[in-house]
Order: sequence, then structure tokens, then C-alpha cells
Amino acid sequence: MEPDWIWGLVGGVLIGLGGAAYLLGNGKIMGASGIIGGLIDGSGRDTAWERLAFLAAVAVVPIVLTPLYNVEITTHLTPNLFVVVVAGLLVGVGTRIANGCTSGHGVCGISRFSLRGIVATVFYILAGGITVVLFRHILGVI
Amino acid sequence: MRILFAAIAGGLFGAGLFVSGMTDTRKVQGWLDVFGDWDPTLAFVMGGAIIPMTIAWQLTRVSRPLSGGLFPPPPIHEIGHRLVVGSVLFGMGWGLSGLCPGPSIASLSYGGVGGLVFLAAMLIGMGAAPTIGTRLDRWAEAA
Repeated sequence: MEPDWIWGLVGGVLIGLGGAAYLLGNGKIMGASGIIGGLIDGSGRDTAWERLAFLAAVAVVPIVLTPLYNVEITTHLTPNLFVVVVAGLLVGVGTRIANGCTSGHGVCGISRFSLRGIVATVFYILAGGITVVLFRHILGVI
Repeated sequence: MRILFAAIAGGLFGAGLFVSGMTDTRKVQGWLDVFGDWDPTLAFVMGGAIIPMTIAWQLTRVSRPLSGGLFPPPPIHEIGHRLVVGSVLFGMGWGLSGLCPGPSIASLSYGGVGGLVFLAAMLIGMGAAPTIGTRLDRWAEAA
């Protein structure tokens, strides 16, 4: 089995090609939180079908790829559902207030040297790092 | 045409999240956890994704979107309270769970009940965000 970082690089290039297809094809920034959020708050009503097509493909392609792996695929998500709910709420509120997440601000923003994308990425990585250190090493919750 | 491009993009995005291991919360939290057994994978994913995207942004200077319309306007440089507060809240949730919006969709078929609970909470948060954002603006104005 190849080391993880090679698959990380291969997967990263695929993610970037997805972003390139979305941009050059539809003229839009491929941001997962924006594509989902626009369906929830109604701001993306006139592009609902392309948003749904995007999300359906995101969910379905891993189902097709799963049989290629001999190991069981799991997210290793914490079994603590209280933590899961709090995390989900924070991710939902935060990405929509900041107008972007790892794909929109991270991948698409940094690659066009957007100051907002870079600042957002620095803040969510710092907040994520501090949260993991605090809740894993100090509080022992995750 | 637009639906086709969206499906192609989503397929590549989903495949990339899957093969890179970014739907595995251990790898994401492992990357954020600089005091633990640090996992460098996420940096390679980001680096790999930025390469084709940088080329794509360069191509927008000399072309038009294939399905018509216009490319996004140039980036604005305003760093407001929404960007900072929102990113910090997002980062806290990302650190707690190891999930962000893209992987929460890509892992739907194998994420179990926990994955569904996360997605439901995230959607509720997204629904509440416009109201919370307006309140945040008021606080920022008063401060």
C-alpha cells in the first residue's frame, strides 16, 4: 500500500480538478458550504438543480469506489453524539457567516490569492488546532 | 449543461475527498493535533488541490464559462467581523468532529448514524446562520 501522503496528493488533485470543472464550466466557485447553504436558506433557489446534481455526485461516487478497498471504510467519528451535534451546529453557522469553508475559502480562495480566503483559512485552522489540543489533551473529551 | 458540469465537478470532488482520506476524521484531527501523532496528509491534499485550481483561475482571464455567463468578480479584500467570527466557529466545530461540509456529504454512505446527526445539525446551523449573522452585525456595530 502506498503511503497516505501520495493518496492525499492524488485526492487533492482530483478535488482541484473538480473545482476547475465547476469554475470553467459554470463560472462558479466550488464551495461545499455555499452550495449546501444556498439550498437551506433559499438564496440559491434558481440554481437548485445544479446544486443538487453536485451534491448527489459527491455522495454517490464514494459508494462506487468503496468496493475497491479491502478494508472497512469508516469516518471514525466520535460516538459522543452531544459533541457531534455541537460540532455540526458550529460548522453550519460558522461556514455560512464566514461565507466559506475548506473548499471555498481554502482551495478556491487561496489559489486565486484571495486575502479573505487566506485569512479565513488561518483562523479556522488555528481555531481547529486549539480546539483539538484543548478537548483531546486537556479535557480528554475527543 | 450546467447540471452536467456540476455533476462532473461533484464526482471529482467526492472521489478526491474519498481517496485522500479526508472523510476519515482521524486524519483531519490528526493534522490539527500538533501535540499528538501529527498526520501530514491534509497539507498534501490542500497542496494538490491548489495546483489545478491556480491554473483554472489563470484560464478565467482568457476565456468565458463553458455554459455561458460570467466568471466570479475579482476577490474583495474586506476582512470583516463575519469572516473572522464565522471562521473561528467553523474551526471549533471542525476540530471537535474532524468533519467539514464536503466530507459530511461524501461520507453519507458509510458515516453511520453519527454522520447523519452531524449533517442534520449542520443544516440546522446553516438555516439559523442568516439570523445569527444579523445579530452579530448589530453587536459589532454597538462595539
